Amino acid sequence: MSEMETKIICITCPVGCSLVVTHEDQKVIKVEGNQCRKGIEYAQNELRDPRRMVTTTVKVKGGLHPLVPVYTSAPIPKPLIFELIKKLRGVELEAPVKVGQAILKDFLGTGVDVLAARDLPQVGQKTSETGSG
Amino acid sequence: MSLDRVKPIYDVVVIGSGPGGLGAAIAAKKNGADDVLIIERDNELGGILVQCIHNGFGVEIFKEDLPGPLYAHRFIQEANSLGVEVLSDTMVLDITPLRKITAVGKRAGFVELEARAIVLAMGCRERTRAQIRIPGTRPAGIYTAGTAQRFVNVEGYMPGNRFVILGSGDIGMIMARRLTLEGAKVERVLEIMPFLTGLTRNYVQCLLDYNIPLELRHTVSRILGNYRVEAVEAVEVDENWNPIPGTEEIIPCDTLLLSVGLIPENELSRKAGVILDPNTGGPVVDESMQTSVSGIFAAGNVVHVYDLVDWVTEAGFIAGKSAAKYAVEMKKGISRQVKLVAGANVRYIVPQYLDSESLAESDQRIQLRVVRPIEEKVWVEVTDGEHLITRKLERYVRPGEIVTIKIPKKAYDEVQKADKLVVRVTRS
Ligand SMILES: Cc1cc2nc3c(=O)[nH]c(=O)nc-3n(C[C@H](O)[C@H](O)[C@H](O)COP(=O)(O)OP(=O)(O)OC[C@H]3O[C@@H](n4cnc5c(N)ncnc54)[C@H](O)[C@@H]3O)c2cc1C
Ligand code: SF4
Repeated sequence: MSEMETKIICITCPVGCSLVVTHEDQKVIKVEGNQCRKGIEYAQNELRDPRRMVTTTVKVKGGLHPLVPVYTSAPIPKPLIFELIKKLRGVELEAPVKVGQAILKDFLGTGVDVLAARDLPQVGQKTSETGSG
Repeated sequence: MSLDRVKPIYDVVVIGSGPGGLGAAIAAKKNGADDVLIIERDNELGGILVQCIHNGFGVEIFKEDLPGPLYAHRFIQEANSLGVEVLSDTMVLDITPLRKITAVGKRAGFVELEARAIVLAMGCRERTRAQIRIPGTRPAGIYTAGTAQRFVNVEGYMPGNRFVILGSGDIGMIMARRLTLEGAKVERVLEIMPFLTGLTRNYVQCLLDYNIPLELRHTVSRILGNYRVEAVEAVEVDENWNPIPGTEEIIPCDTLLLSVGLIPENELSRKAGVILDPNTGGPVVDESMQTSVSGIFAAGNVVHVYDLVDWVTEAGFIAGKSAAKYAVEMKKGISRQVKLVAGANVRYIVPQYLDSESLAESDQRIQLRVVRPIEEKVWVEVTDGEHLITRKLERYVRPGEIVTIKIPKKAYDEVQKADKLVVRVTRS
């Protein structure tokens, strides 16, 4: 097998380094352009198993808003993103929702959970966060 | 801890509850301000973070990659536990240079209050179509990216099905991904500049990941459609942003999103007499985040548009700390006032406090009433609790008749040292 060069932008932090990755198939030989070690790990993963954090919303009944924002506890494989979104579209919670509450556990055996990103009080409920009521 | 009523005076009042305002309120409390109030026009705290459900927040401060609402949540919790007071659903209408605040809202109605120090944290708003002058009809289906963000992420409805996004700023790119995940088609992102205006990482994870095409050096030259947007005309531009004839392309779509920049929100700052910098659009500030009006501080996007929310929080910390310091020093100034204490046979004294500095200028006259009549010669004495400062002989005293005594200028030094002045009336 021959060596290849692939350009990848590291998205681990807002710096967004342009990496030049020399690799043989999925085996990384050299990474250039990274400003920190995380860049190497990112290049490795991006070739082998690209993953992304997913943030979206799920429906809530009786809440201050009709939706609550949710996020994955860790990045999930890119090809599974739309499947996760589809799955979450079918979920409807009852207010109140607590921050960190698990909406979905161990998504498709990835070990990744989906968690609520905020408290969502019931309509008319008095809370410290919103002061509504 | 949201209020329905406010006190007439606070040490620090913060206007706006985004990351800048929350940071300021927290730092003010931690640095000695007793009463801190946040006034927020929305029905909850967090500012724009409420609708920024994507991750990417907190990398600097928490070394974690958090969604916007979770980042806000941490500071909301901290503000609550420190006892920061909140008046939500209330819009601040006016601030005077002497820090009198007028606000109106559904909780406390019309309120007027005073602050020893104010932190302006009103954030920014988006530029609109009128400000970038796109010709064409005025159909429905044109929104700023932030408005669409609120619809989709908070209120729960989609503003359209087929989108063109003008501007490659972060909000625009993040919305391109968001709309795609929600089942819409984003036809194109157009950017007039020859480069991306948002972060590269957003180009990767929002556009590349979802095969959303980006065209640099392109803009919208016309909007088509009578009642609803039916298409936009895109065109390539030259170095001077002039459309290049022959490059026009009609892109069918039902919604156009504008992500064409943010402007600091400074109507209130202007009313307070704060000087604005024409370059940033925000107040001119010193290193303590104090504006040109003393006692009025500013933090966050109201000062200039920040890239990273973490820096907004940091700026909030500085402004809040400075505001607390200002308020505390001002109160110390008030404690230069020496209390006049009613001693033997004195019912009350007016004034109740004496500014010790006032003796630098002239004798100070105080007045008192006695408790019991004494129909013989009496001494009216002013002491610091132990030592006599001044006294005066009266032929008699009666409760119905006010007694007057002057504290002379030459007592300045003794009064400076005293923490109270006791006035008593005794037989000579
Ligand atoms: C639509 C939009 C989307 C954004 N998305 C991102 C993003 O994805 N990522 C990112 O890093 N940055 C984003 N930004 C930038 C973002 O504004 C800053 O990162 C940060 O949130 C600014 O914090 P702030 O406290 O200065 O202002 P804000 O968060 O804007 O808070 C200002 C608060 O002041 C309140 N207020 C204003 N005027 C008054 C008044 N007269 N009386 C009472 N309350 C008042 C407002 O209601 C608001 O709650 C976005 C900005 C906008 C406008
Ligand atoms: S290589 Fe390091 S510095 Fe560069 S984008 Fe990745 S994480 Fe950030």
